[in-house]
Amino acid sequence: MSAETWIEACGTDDIEEEDVIRFDHGDRTFAIYRTDKGDFYASDGYCTHEKFHLSNGLVMGSVIECPKHNGRFDIPTGAAKRAPVCVDLATYPVKVENGKVFIRI
Amino acid sequence: MAANAGKRNYSLTGPEGKRAEARGLVAAEWYQTPIPRPRMKELMKRRDGPAIRDTIIWLGGLAVLGYLGFLAWGTWWAVPVFLAYGILYATPADSRWHECGHGTAFKTPWMNEVVYQIASFMMLRSGTPWRWSHARHHTDTFIVGRDPEILTERPPVWKVLFLEVLHLYGGPKELKRFVLHAFGRLDREEKEYIPASERRKTFLEARIYVLILLGLVAACILTKSVLPAMYVFLPSFYGSVIVILYAVTQHLGLYEDVLDHRLNTRTMYLNPVLRFLYWNMNYHIEHHMFPMVPYHQLPKLHEEMKHDCPKPASGLLPALREVVGALRKQRRDPAYVIVKPLPDTANPYMHGVPNAPNLQWQSS
Repeated sequence: MSAETWIEACGTDDIEEEDVIRFDHGDRTFAIYRTDKGDFYASDGYCTHEKFHLSNGLVMGSVIECPKHNGRFDIPTGAAKRAPVCVDLATYPVKVENGKVFIRI
Repeated sequence: MAANAGKRNYSLTGPEGKRAEARGLVAAEWYQTPIPRPRMKELMKRRDGPAIRDTIIWLGGLAVLGYLGFLAWGTWWAVPVFLAYGILYATPADSRWHECGHGTAFKTPWMNEVVYQIASFMMLRSGTPWRWSHARHHTDTFIVGRDPEILTERPPVWKVLFLEVLHLYGGPKELKRFVLHAFGRLDREEKEYIPASERRKTFLEARIYVLILLGLVAACILTKSVLPAMYVFLPSFYGSVIVILYAVTQHLGLYEDVLDHRLNTRTMYLNPVLRFLYWNMNYHIEHHMFPMVPYHQLPKLHEEMKHDCPKPASGLLPALREVVGALRKQRRDPAYVIVKPLPDTANPYMHGVPNAPNLQWQSS
């Protein structure tokens, strides 16, 4: 049996389109996104450049910009897109069921 | 007396950086004025229009003044015309470098990058190293031993400030760095904040800058005139007066080693012409607290925040008077800082900040 489990993160209505919220689970923090196309994604909550919450950042289409230094990541893949971000962001599988967003961690 | 009395070592490779780390001041959580998320999203929204308009006005102005300078060359009229050209060259180049470095001026990423690279060269700043230097400045604003962009230490080094009126302190330093980078090397301090993955890009940029400068020297030799350099390179020096006047107002005379931009950063009101040149960076507390808000939204951000901030200086001259007064006092008492009272509607300084340094307030 896999150690990975699906965790309920939020309701689909908790996030506006083109936005992000913070989700804390245990001692970890995640960012849950809803892109301009209405798709949901999840990643680590902190920027890989320095420890700032991405949930305070700006979602533009399918890109998240860190609120502190304006580094950017591609939300679906976590790929670093703009300095000072150099390291990709860890992403997590997401499923939506009955109006709830689940992430697998 | 404030806690940090006496002369300190401002080097990034000295002991102060470790001391700041031990005090919890490195990459720390800073105070932020609470602003509802929907409003912040509106303020952070990117647009191309304002920056395209402003860039056309800027470059168009340079073209007109440059043509007038060509016509006036050899007469005394060339002096005021090139002074105006130099100020219009260097002042917006500095602010465009800054805003495009943050990636907030334009919505379209390549536009930010193109203007950033051009403005970096115009200011004789290595594009990639300065991007990293500025990122550190935002992480650890005015934290001694961490921030590479502290203009002058305490007590102030007046020589540096006066030389910068003609960019004669920073300019030669940057030219030396171009050469160093062109040979594939970084200086000791740069190694502290430029990651290894960015070094190749740094060296490539420097080689391009050096080639352009060599081309400029060749143009001057071929035309037997300094005129080509009056358009590129020399304006970075003779046009720098407003750049340094703006720069000294940003943080000098205020606190070091705090985690609240209201204590170490200054906002001032400016007229529309000076704000155009500066791209609204006179709203400097606002910019530092929320760096993802583009320049054209900073006046609106200021309206959202002013209930929580000290009263801004009423203009450039009052702000300069305040800075010079504080620097003069710091000559005798390096611990002296200006502490501005907050309005009744504001949260106290460093409200809710974990690891907030314990400061003893000293009235100005």
